[in-house]
Amino acid sequence: MSETDTRAGTTAVTDDDDKPLLKVEGLVKHFPIKKGLLQRQVGAVKAVDGIDFEVRRGETLGVVGESGCGKSTMGRLITRLLEPSGGKIEFDGTDITHLGTGGMRPLRRDVQMIFQDPYGSLNPRHTIGTIVSAPFRLQGVEPEGGVKQEVQRLLELVGLSPEHYNRYPHEFSGGQRQRIGIARALALKPRMVVADEPVSALDVSIQAQVVNLMDDLQDELGLTYVIIAHDLSVVRHVSDRIAVMYLGKIVELADRDSLYASPMHPYTKALLSAVPIPDPRRRAAKSERILLRGDVPSPIAPPSGCRFHTRCWKATQICKSTEPPLIELRPGQRVACHHPENFEDQAPQDTVLLSAAKEAAALVADEVLAESAQTSAAVAAEASAKEAEDSASKEPGDTSKEPGDK
Amino acid sequence: MTELTKTGAAVGEPSSGGEVPRAFLDVRDLKVHFPTDDGLVKSVDGLSFQLEKGQTLGIVGESGSGKSVTSLAIMGLHRLGNRGKNVRMSGEIWLDGKELVSASPDEVRRLRGHDMAMIFQDPLSAMHPYYTVGNQIVEAYRVHHDVDKKTARRRAVELLDRVGIPEPDKRVNSYPHEFSGGMRQRAMIAMALVNNPELLIADEPTTALDVTVQAQILDLIRDLQKEFGSAVIIITHDLGVVAEIADDILVMYGGRCVERGPVDTIFYEPQHPYTWGLLGSMPRIDREQTDRLIPVKGQPPSLINVPSGCAFNPRCPYADVPKGGITRTERPELREVGGRHFTACHLPQEDRTRIWNEEIAPKL
Amino acid sequence: MISYIIRRAIAAVILLLVVTAVTFGIFFLLPRLAGQSPDQLAAQYIGKNPSPEDILAVKQNLGLDKPVYEQYWEFIKGIVSGATYNLGPTTAKCEMPCFGYSFKNHIEVWPQLVDRLPVTISLAAGAAVLWLLSGVAAGVISALKPGSFFDRAAMGVALAGVSLPMFFTGQLALLVFSYQLDIFGRTYVPFTENPSQWANTLFLPWCSLALLYSAIYARLTRSGMLETMNEDFIRTARAKGLKERKVVVKHGLRAALTPIVTVFGMDIGLLLGGAVITESVFSLPGIGQYAVQAITDNDLPPILGVTLLAAFFVVLCNLVVDVLYATVDPRVRLS
Repeated sequence: MSETDTRAGTTAVTDDDDKPLLKVEGLVKHFPIKKGLLQRQVGAVKAVDGIDFEVRRGETLGVVGESGCGKSTMGRLITRLLEPSGGKIEFDGTDITHLGTGGMRPLRRDVQMIFQDPYGSLNPRHTIGTIVSAPFRLQGVEPEGGVKQEVQRLLELVGLSPEHYNRYPHEFSGGQRQRIGIARALALKPRMVVADEPVSALDVSIQAQVVNLMDDLQDELGLTYVIIAHDLSVVRHVSDRIAVMYLGKIVELADRDSLYASPMHPYTKALLSAVPIPDPRRRAAKSERILLRGDVPSPIAPPSGCRFHTRCWKATQICKSTEPPLIELRPGQRVACHHPENFEDQAPQDTVLLSAAKEAAALVADEVLAESAQTSAAVAAEASAKEAEDSASKEPGDTSKEPGDK
Repeated sequence: MTELTKTGAAVGEPSSGGEVPRAFLDVRDLKVHFPTDDGLVKSVDGLSFQLEKGQTLGIVGESGSGKSVTSLAIMGLHRLGNRGKNVRMSGEIWLDGKELVSASPDEVRRLRGHDMAMIFQDPLSAMHPYYTVGNQIVEAYRVHHDVDKKTARRRAVELLDRVGIPEPDKRVNSYPHEFSGGMRQRAMIAMALVNNPELLIADEPTTALDVTVQAQILDLIRDLQKEFGSAVIIITHDLGVVAEIADDILVMYGGRCVERGPVDTIFYEPQHPYTWGLLGSMPRIDREQTDRLIPVKGQPPSLINVPSGCAFNPRCPYADVPKGGITRTERPELREVGGRHFTACHLPQEDRTRIWNEEIAPKL
Repeated sequence: MISYIIRRAIAAVILLLVVTAVTFGIFFLLPRLAGQSPDQLAAQYIGKNPSPEDILAVKQNLGLDKPVYEQYWEFIKGIVSGATYNLGPTTAKCEMPCFGYSFKNHIEVWPQLVDRLPVTISLAAGAAVLWLLSGVAAGVISALKPGSFFDRAAMGVALAGVSLPMFFTGQLALLVFSYQLDIFGRTYVPFTENPSQWANTLFLPWCSLALLYSAIYARLTRSGMLETMNEDFIRTARAKGLKERKVVVKHGLRAALTPIVTVFGMDIGLLLGGAVITESVFSLPGIGQYAVQAITDNDLPPILGVTLLAAFFVVLCNLVVDVLYATVDPRVRLS
């Protein structure tokens, strides 16, 4: 979509352009598990367990991860469809973490959500007109020229015919229903749209239509998107920046190009390498694939330290004991890892692999391991050279590369 | 119930009139129609293809293209259950020299699970929730093998081990809901392979799975095929998956094959506008790409009211290139355009090659 | 699994306690709320023209002047360990479980219930076998061939069965098969005395009752089977090459039966507490008839006894269903 973040929202004042539209700090959502007659709490599903990120004006932030990583919960938290258990959410400078229904009312105009299931999210008994005009009624807004005219304009905007006003959802195909969902979301001219798997229920050819539509609407209306999806190809296509989640944590948050060109977190690397590439000639090179062992652990009792250490081929003792913080290792690329790929090792003294890592490494081709070692060494050499220069000129720029928990 | 084309042909004998089929799986002019209150649903409408042992065929298409019905028809499953009561089917399906369309339901049943097996999209709903994984595999084995439960159980454990389930002798007693999604699909594969079938049909085997698990399962299917030498049909909407695993690709649209050929040909020299559309619609993870996707306009056709002429004509940007409106009146036949490469399109071949090379390929 | 059963059993006992409290509340407090004094209540035990002394004695002996909770305690104690009533010159030992005495004829309630229980059990069990077999079979066949002649006929009969009231079908059956054709007897004979005679008299009530229930079960089974046979696991079972009969019975019916088991438990429980209309129509001396008599006579203790017995059966059957459910569906055991 947009290649730069300079394009600001229509309503944004120039002063605010540098400030992020949405800022999330230490966001936590635990779903308690209750058991027995007395409904005692015996544990919690740690769906989102302390994440920080921000969404800049006019950008598209993609959120990827496997099922159970907490990405959908995150989407529902930032639109405040769910009440956070902890942390802080700031939208355009206002703290919205614990706003009640009344307090959220103005925000509901600015933040809208698009859902995955174009069948389930439209009331089958309502006409398209009723569905798309619902936000006006709920917010008590009377658009210029009347509701009907505005709804018809919206239908046209999303590529439907204004004559569809009196039809019912079942008369439409999946792609058209998703367009209706988008029209409804856009009714109140929101500034941010959170889309949870907006295209994953659609056929390939229809998927492309909807992706293009969302792209056009962003250009036209200056929207900011948070797009949650499991399909890494779609996310690559639509996003400016991408957050990778694993078991309730963001493990890597980076610009699209840096992330796909040189992923730093081993999980990101494994995730990217697992995507089947629609290019039969690349099959010869499939030894690059990193097969992960087993399944994602339960979010009820996530592993200690780095949550990925049970499946990582680089895990050492420190990964088991200390949780790596999400720090900016390269400009525009934040990673939470002790032994990142494509970068200098953050805990080089820790060299003894965990036994789990040895088993995991058995599944990873030698080429990959060798390449990873090489790049790490090369980057380390480069970095230490640079550090020497920097310390000579006393520039305090590289301190961020030191993990705080050594 | 069925319009039998060769009522006399017995199972095991090649048809007396036509040429002797050579391929291991040879599907000829297969038609599967379902009469409904709204009209005749032509789910599959004249499909032909061949598949040899040790080869993988990828069938690609969108929902309603007829790809799943094709697989069910080969398995003889479309005739069972309420929907199959009045299905109309014609054509021939030759599996290892046996014709299945004209065979009696019981003859097909005996082949099912033994000579041909199938794995499905959602392994949770595809397994019976009340029986242990082991019992379900044991059942599959004992249908076709006259062995006692103990022997069958040993076989089940052996296969669970083979498909990479840890502690198979314990997990054999687990229920499907106690497995993770990936484990369940592995167990389904074990169930399908328990009788060493020569044909394995996988209907969207990884669609319900996460990408890292998908990679594991595709890897497993590939390894197992190498080991067992079976023929594999993989049905998917994901071009990435077929690029990884298939030798040949068959693209379906509106119940018919619009293009078929070796995987490289389909990806690098596709000749049908719908195939171009699929390639253009697909976001790519492997390369920096032009800003916009090139989607196919419009909606997939209704199988009750398939457009006349070429089913793709209402969505085809080149429908008006051939003169005389032939695309709207006459159905294009599947013609060979190169080595084992077939396409069903009215566009002259030079035009197709030119459009692909000059207009489509550069934008992908 | 065992802990599951224990949990369920404890819940059942608690439920029963609640039921006794509520029933006790209704039957002992409501008359008072309606303005009856303990004296008037006591007078009901004595007969015509009670003397004030008699009333006082009965009131004290029965504890009618004590606070509610004490009365409830006595009542519970009576059920668990029996009670002794001092009725002036005579004392009466009411063995456990003691549900008290009838106002009307001063006969203990419990032995009466025990007497009548076999009749009700005979009626319920026989009818249950009939309706389960016919209802489930009709439902399965209908579901396998929806829209067929059998399906339409069976569902038509089922609709009639649900809509026709027992006092119509029962009376009609009696009139035709007993009074006119004289095939079936009308006087209940215990099974232990003459089994064939027992079956002979009960046949009409069984059929009438079964018609009503099998109609419900046929519809329930049909819809359950229709749904189940479209499940993916049925397709998997077929893909294995199983014979269709095995697919239907082992894979389809087993899954479709679980909701039916639940309803069945409930129905049997309710019936054991007295098939009021059926017993009245066919003059069967069962619990239901006893209850009807007690209600007509405004005789509180038997009503209370029948209510508690019925509640006991419902709770018991539900417990059995819960346990069965967990055996049938392994997913239930988890939560």
